[in-house]
Amino acid sequence: MNEFLTRRQVVTGMGLLGLGLLAGCDGSTTALDFKYGKDLSNKIMGRTFKLTDTDGEVKTLSSYRGLMPMVFFGFTQCPAVCPTALARAAQIRKMMGEDGKTLQVIFITVDPERDTPQILDAYVKQFDPTFVALRGSLEDTAHVAKEFGVFYEKVPAGNTYTMSHTATSFVFDSRGNLRLGLSPSLSAKQCAEDLLTVMEVC
Amino acid sequence: MNALLNVRPRSFVSRTLVVALLAGVSLSAVAETRVEDPWVRATVAGQPSSGAFMRITADTDSTLLSVSSPVAKDVQIHEMSMTNDVMRMGPVDAVPLPAGKTVALDPEGYHVMLMGLNGQIEEGDQVPLTLTVKNAKGETEVVNVSAPARAAMAPMDMAHDPGMTH
Repeated sequence: MNEFLTRRQVVTGMGLLGLGLLAGCDGSTTALDFKYGKDLSNKIMGRTFKLTDTDGEVKTLSSYRGLMPMVFFGFTQCPAVCPTALARAAQIRKMMGEDGKTLQVIFITVDPERDTPQILDAYVKQFDPTFVALRGSLEDTAHVAKEFGVFYEKVPAGNTYTMSHTATSFVFDSRGNLRLGLSPSLSAKQCAEDLLTVMEVC
Repeated sequence: MNALLNVRPRSFVSRTLVVALLAGVSLSAVAETRVEDPWVRATVAGQPSSGAFMRITADTDSTLLSVSSPVAKDVQIHEMSMTNDVMRMGPVDAVPLPAGKTVALDPEGYHVMLMGLNGQIEEGDQVPLTLTVKNAKGETEVVNVSAPARAAMAPMDMAHDPGMTH
């Protein structure tokens, strides 16, 4: 288990700097120094969304208060980046041990026309049974993507279509402040290190 | 060989054989497109499409023209690219296979899209794929492979991480 990362290791590494960061939980969103990801602490984005989970329940960001939500946009017919990102997320959760239990992976479909709640539920849960999938109308989807600055578009492919989309994973702290953007090029370990930094703040 | 050449009739036979053998060798050289490690991503029930991946090496400058499979109504070749964390996807007409160069059809670039699946692809299923390749001379070659279905979680660096085995 040499790839196992816990908060204790990161706290030791951060020392006094870590203490200073702890002040961030008062609702202020001080800029954070991430090793690999992009600090989004001062970005006004992704604050409001209202979508439906696969059980038909309406969910907003506050539904995940107390957890560390990690939001990824994609579609189930995505052959490459989506399964890779979700498999990485599952790996990160395991790597973080107990701390990983606060990581709530949220998959938002950019293809609500084809991604039914049933397909979405089975799709995300094959990676990790705790993962949730959210879906909205075409208008809701366009709205939430705009909120996150996420690009997506249909690409014609024969009689059907495939999709292009932003592949960043967006991470919120437990108070619902957007904190971190993780590139699909990062490894699970690199992501886990930055996620532990988010946890130290709030 | 010398002994054979001394006897005319046999020499003729032997020559014909050599020519035939050479022809055989060159024929198989023409038909030399190697496909390695083909696999298909398993699907969940109701998921209408999936991706197929492999490594292809052609002996001469060739082109992968198309792929077909009985498991899907429509099989296309797509290319994925990533710029500033935006993943772009789209169909391509063909994939160039430069002589001797191994071209990877993997989640990072080109891949085969199995669209309009006739049913769920479960882990361990063998998915037949037929590749049509055109060589430098314009001759087409058909390569049949059987691609095992792997779980969605499978193709990660996880596989190389002994700490993460279950």
